[in-house]
Amino acid sequence: MAWDEFFVTGDPLIFGAQISIVLTIIGIVFVLTKYQKWTWLWKEWLTTVDHKKLGVMYIISAVLMLFRGGVDALLMRVQLTMPNAEFLDSTHYQEIFTTHGTIMIIFMAMPFLIGIMNIVVPLQIGARDVAFPFLNAVSFWTFFMGAMLFNISFVIGGSPSAGWTSYVPLAGDELSAGIGQNYYLLGLQISGIGTLLTGINFLVTILKMRAPGMTLMRMPMFTWSTAITCILIIFAFPVLTVALAMMTFDRLFGAHFFTLMDGGMPMLWANLFWIWGHPEVYIVIIPAFGIFSEVISTFSRKNLFGYKAMVYSMVVIAFLSFIVWVHHFFTMGAEASVNSFFSITTMAISIPTGVKIFNWLFTMYKGRIKINTAMLWALAFIPNFVIGGVTGVMLSMAAADYQYHNTYFLVSHFHYVLISGTVFACFAGLYYWYPKVFGHKLNEKLGKISFWLFVVGFNVCFFPMYFLGFAGMPRRVHTYTEESGWFDLNVVASIGALLMALGFMVFVYSIYYSIRYAERLTTGDPWDGRTLEWSTPSPVPYYNFAKVPEVHGLDPYWEMKKQGEAEFDVNQVELEPIHMPDNSAVPFIMSILFFIAGFGLVFEWMWMGIIGGIGVLITMIVRSFDPDEGYHVEVDEIKEIERKARRKEA
Amino acid sequence: MKFVKHSFLFSSLLLFLSGCSALPVLDPKGPVGEAQKDLIFWSIFLMLFVVMVVFVLFTIILVRYRERPGYDSHEPEEMEGNKWLELIWTGIPIIIVILLAVPTVRTIYQLEEPPQSTRDKEPLVIHATSANWKWFFSYPEQDIETVNYLHIPEDQPILFKLTSADSMAALWIPQLGGQEYNMAGMMTEIYLQADEPGVYDGRNANFTGEGFTEHTFKVYAQEEDEFDAWVEETRQEAPKLTQDKYDELLLPGHVETQAYSSTHLEYVNHAMDAEYTLKAYERQGYDPEKEGSH
Repeated sequence: MAWDEFFVTGDPLIFGAQISIVLTIIGIVFVLTKYQKWTWLWKEWLTTVDHKKLGVMYIISAVLMLFRGGVDALLMRVQLTMPNAEFLDSTHYQEIFTTHGTIMIIFMAMPFLIGIMNIVVPLQIGARDVAFPFLNAVSFWTFFMGAMLFNISFVIGGSPSAGWTSYVPLAGDELSAGIGQNYYLLGLQISGIGTLLTGINFLVTILKMRAPGMTLMRMPMFTWSTAITCILIIFAFPVLTVALAMMTFDRLFGAHFFTLMDGGMPMLWANLFWIWGHPEVYIVIIPAFGIFSEVISTFSRKNLFGYKAMVYSMVVIAFLSFIVWVHHFFTMGAEASVNSFFSITTMAISIPTGVKIFNWLFTMYKGRIKINTAMLWALAFIPNFVIGGVTGVMLSMAAADYQYHNTYFLVSHFHYVLISGTVFACFAGLYYWYPKVFGHKLNEKLGKISFWLFVVGFNVCFFPMYFLGFAGMPRRVHTYTEESGWFDLNVVASIGALLMALGFMVFVYSIYYSIRYAERLTTGDPWDGRTLEWSTPSPVPYYNFAKVPEVHGLDPYWEMKKQGEAEFDVNQVELEPIHMPDNSAVPFIMSILFFIAGFGLVFEWMWMGIIGGIGVLITMIVRSFDPDEGYHVEVDEIKEIERKARRKEA
Repeated sequence: MKFVKHSFLFSSLLLFLSGCSALPVLDPKGPVGEAQKDLIFWSIFLMLFVVMVVFVLFTIILVRYRERPGYDSHEPEEMEGNKWLELIWTGIPIIIVILLAVPTVRTIYQLEEPPQSTRDKEPLVIHATSANWKWFFSYPEQDIETVNYLHIPEDQPILFKLTSADSMAALWIPQLGGQEYNMAGMMTEIYLQADEPGVYDGRNANFTGEGFTEHTFKVYAQEEDEFDAWVEETRQEAPKLTQDKYDELLLPGHVETQAYSSTHLEYVNHAMDAEYTLKAYERQGYDPEKEGSH
């Protein structure tokens, strides 16, 4: 293979990206070396098994991916602003919408939420870490390396271009040769390992490691949403794993699961993909529901209205999410009875979702609603998500869907639910829990500016798209003619996209600004919170709780404060040594080997795939015979740490 | 279904909101599109009700209970929930879902059959075959075939038999009705009908790779005698479609509109033979592995 086949050449945009990647890497190496931070990086981050640090790394990666996916989106908007534009050619446009979709769902939305789960769930349930800290690090690093493998495709070898749904036969090697699709298969496969492990890890954590007294029905709503999400992950992700493996076998080893030749069944892919894919969209929305529940309850100074109904409605939504997948292809010509069944199951989801909306509204009812940036994101969620929801109901009507399918009406619908649901939740959660991790708030003024830019831009960008759908504009076209009548609305949409980009930039700046200038907190409870995470100092000591709290009801920390038992005096409580896990380099090294194996398979260099695969096995063996049992934090040390952390409170 | 009293109002509103551009989905020219439009308006009507309820409640609660000077010391009471309220907001959505589900299911079944308005007429059968990135329309009874354009008689149901020579496409003529997939090795069927003569836009709505954007065609709906005259003319004047010519047309790319006085169904029905195209590639020495990468 010649070097100009290995690297993507001939496109000035991509050449610019290649140069900036090289410069960024040189810059990072330079800074790390100059300030002698290599050891710090290795000890504190690359080998850590601390759920809070892993959470932070998840969120940093997700914000980077939000940037990458956002740049993809802007490139598409530039191309679509004018009719007959030639800014991107059709192949390049298709690569961009494929990577945009895949990155935003798999490498942005999910890791962002998993990052928040990592930081919050153990703290909410009064645990010192997750059930399997080592596994948690494996989860993060396999996700990260999978994401990196997918991301380098646009500079090395070429990106996938068959859409994030990768329908066969288009995505098979009979019609779409070239290695782009292999990146999709292996990038998702490797990061999928991480997601599945996270599902198992957090479910066990929630089931086994709750503080004494915290029954299931006393768990905070975000913890409940995480538990349900984990169950969805455990049932849905194996389907993706198998489907990806089947297509990988088709493309790399000449199997015929989905091929045109020799009796392959292309439609099987569509079914498998959406049997995973529909629960997947609930994997990224249910934790969002959990985040909004916490934020709305805290800033209304009230407990959550209809707690039980909130739990049951999530369970119902999760169950229904497995029996609606056919609504993604009502137009496949299934029998009327099949389409009717899936129409009704899909509509039925609106019922528990409606229950949740009203419960949030009545949580605020007769409350005292404090409006800050975190709460603004949660408030904006309600009306915007309702718009996304009702258009979802419209799409669920199969006979009408024949007109909406594959159009901008659909594009608008899923951006409405995914952005106002998931993305708003990520922002709300970030503003809400950021002080817990870093010991200072994010700047409110900048936060509000970025909120308004983003939310107004979001509506300006996506609302016109419903009408583009009625105007007959299909998704995934790279340009259109003047006669089509789609010009005006596309201009409006592009202006909206620009506002969203500005909002994102202000958000990033607000983090930088707050790190430098924000006032340091003197309390672990800046919002007058209700759940256990606020009973710890901020930043949280690495062992979380010096003494595991006892729980007597919902919102335990709120109760403690009301009873006047919230003060934690190290000298008054009886402490025991705390057992903590040691750091480990194995997850990081294992994931690099996964990356090497994946990269080899992408290019069909089997020797490299085999070397990487053997390496992974060796790291597993090393881990299996590892006698390390962790260490104990002695009482004196705990007292010292707690005194330091809490002295500020006085 | 006569849910359409409000439709005029809504459509003028929608047209206003969308600037000057026309909305073909809401301006149907046949009974299939008409049924779908009725369903769409009925759902918009119900959904606007839902949106209104939530928005009004949201606004009232936010205005009334927002923390502000004069309302900043009140300590809210805890509320567990309220059985009656919760029953109401579970019950009303169930009713709305039923109100939507009934006409939806009825329309789904209705669209499986030829339109009621012309049930005395025999449907005209047209095989619509998609290949990257062109459309073949075969009229087996008339023994003619067109590429990238379509003639149909008005006021007569058309039974489209859909399949694909390669990747999955979707036949969509927004003003006549919704789309359906074309899949290699499969046959799907869809009834459409034009109630008035005119030229309508048709296209492939499902992403099929590089040439997808221009994978379009025009539909000419004509009065019956004009249509018959066009058929006769095509039969007389158009060349036969040889297998070699057809194989050549299967190679990925765009072509001009063409007409033939025979159909490719003589050589292959892609609904029965998913492998034909790849073998035709091979016969002509075309290798997607080499052409496809960049």
